[in-house]
Amino acid sequence: MGMTLTEKILARAAGQSAVKPGDNVWIAVDILLSHDICGPGTIGIFQREFGKDARVWDREKVVLLPDHYIFTKDDKAHRNVDILRAFAKEQRLPYFYDPGTRRYQGVCHVALPQAGHVRPGEVIFGTDSHTCTHGAFGAFASGIGNTDAGFILGTGKLLVKVPETLRFTLRGVKPDYIMAKDMILKIIGDIGVEGANYCAMEFNGDAVSALSLDERMTLCNMAVEAGAKNGIMAPDDTVLDYVRKRTHKAFEPVFGDPGATVAREYTTDVSRLEPCVAEPHSPAKFALARERTNVKIDRVYIGSCTGGKLTDFVAAATILKRRKVKVDTFLVPATQEIADALATPRSGGQSLVEIFQAAGCLDIAPPSCAACLGGPVDTFGRTQAREVVVSTTNRNFIGRMGSKDAPIYLASPLTAAASAVTGHITDPREFL
Amino acid sequence: MTATKPVTIRGPVYVVGDDIDTDQIIPAQYLNLVPTIPEEYKKLGSYALSGLPAEYPPFVPKGGMESPFRLVIAGRNFGCGSSREHAPIALGAAGIEAVVALSYARIFFRNAIATGELYPLECGERLTDVWATGDEAELDLQAELIRHVKSGRAFPLKPLGAARPVVEAGGLFAYARKTGMIAARTP
Repeated sequence: MGMTLTEKILARAAGQSAVKPGDNVWIAVDILLSHDICGPGTIGIFQREFGKDARVWDREKVVLLPDHYIFTKDDKAHRNVDILRAFAKEQRLPYFYDPGTRRYQGVCHVALPQAGHVRPGEVIFGTDSHTCTHGAFGAFASGIGNTDAGFILGTGKLLVKVPETLRFTLRGVKPDYIMAKDMILKIIGDIGVEGANYCAMEFNGDAVSALSLDERMTLCNMAVEAGAKNGIMAPDDTVLDYVRKRTHKAFEPVFGDPGATVAREYTTDVSRLEPCVAEPHSPAKFALARERTNVKIDRVYIGSCTGGKLTDFVAAATILKRRKVKVDTFLVPATQEIADALATPRSGGQSLVEIFQAAGCLDIAPPSCAACLGGPVDTFGRTQAREVVVSTTNRNFIGRMGSKDAPIYLASPLTAAASAVTGHITDPREFL
Repeated sequence: MTATKPVTIRGPVYVVGDDIDTDQIIPAQYLNLVPTIPEEYKKLGSYALSGLPAEYPPFVPKGGMESPFRLVIAGRNFGCGSSREHAPIALGAAGIEAVVALSYARIFFRNAIATGELYPLECGERLTDVWATGDEAELDLQAELIRHVKSGRAFPLKPLGAARPVVEAGGLFAYARKTGMIAARTP
């Protein structure tokens, strides 16, 4: 009996010839990612458990990407980055991306592959639930808490239960008005917020291969919204070419066995999908955009590890070009690399920044997680009252973007941009 | 989880519904607090469950640092969302010793076990229909039962399964030391 992609990576990391779902195995970790919210607590646990003079297990495998509370006056937020900085210095960590310097990147899940730390077949843990994003590159990647991360810092290992695999096959030709966000919101709507609890969500099919890397990341990114341990897809040439350009380390991709058994299989025909939203307060509360045009909105937010990638802004610009927004439109590129690309003139001579300016969007904010998770009260785009938001982010829980009274509708960048133009939830087909 | 934790926990319960996410357990604006700093650990407790909708009764009294409740009874998918370990820590710091839910989101469950802050227990019955906030419960970890004190009704808890040896050892680090994965502490 064969193994799935997730099982094969875990078997290799455990030094075993085979594993099966339900096995508890100690696995070797290739990358530990942390940020300013959970890094200080992780460091605290590491020092408490391994001693003040302890050294991390492998300096090359620790990546610190502060990104959450960067552009704020909050004292503790700055104190927390100071803790990371001091630790990076003390441990001589080569991969600390310090805010306020040219090394600063932005949102960790978009920055990690950009900075060359994501490789197919490897095991990545991060102190952030959206670490599952990196499965788009054929890695096993999963979110953990500070205690597990502190343990990894000292040992390079973690005890994990091998998850069952759920296979999601996406078939058909994606229409222009459909994005990966519509696909994943449909899947989560179908299986529910617990539909993949403890499982690996494996995506495959011709419609996945046809997606850009940015879009594949969106699929894996939101696996955790269905409760999954990881999202994953087999690495193809698009992935291998990207990774080889970014990393200086050798890697060996892993592929699932053809005969591997999975717990459940689902198939989606993407040619039949329609632009959608997730209504407050659950990512699984699926509704078609064209059936919610009665929802008047106060603002649009385009940003985060889910919806702040270059592809997301390019999509928004196709709608916003030569049009005007009717509501406050907040744009937060995930990383500095994306911010630079937004400012670069594209074919036609205009940069995306110019398109957004002409459309009347608010000035583009510097890269960070910003209002995706609310954050300190002075965070850019944070809801403060009863604002109704259409957002390209990943969670619409009560109070997620700041105010408990501000309802959030999750949507693709196309749907978000179309809604910004009309002032109510709008199917992007109206403008395409 | 320390070995000295009682096998019986008795006290008033706080009842919540399904899909209580980590933003409701500890809103993101308090994630600037670092749990390994003792005064900030306590402060996290004072904000526990402050993200619940306004119709919920206060979990921690205004101006207080701890909750009068000792157990939380919840529906499905408790702790969904973020990997923030601040979530089980806030509940533990507020004085909660166990959560009994229909089911958990994976990362919250794992963090509760790894930190030893609270017992994340599951019951196959919808206890949110049996308990009201403020009712007393008696939890017997040995017998794997939870009892509604006033009515005397008892409900079986699901065995902890693969997590049990980690819980029994007292959390991830203690388990790893016990099984020889990392060196034992020198006394």
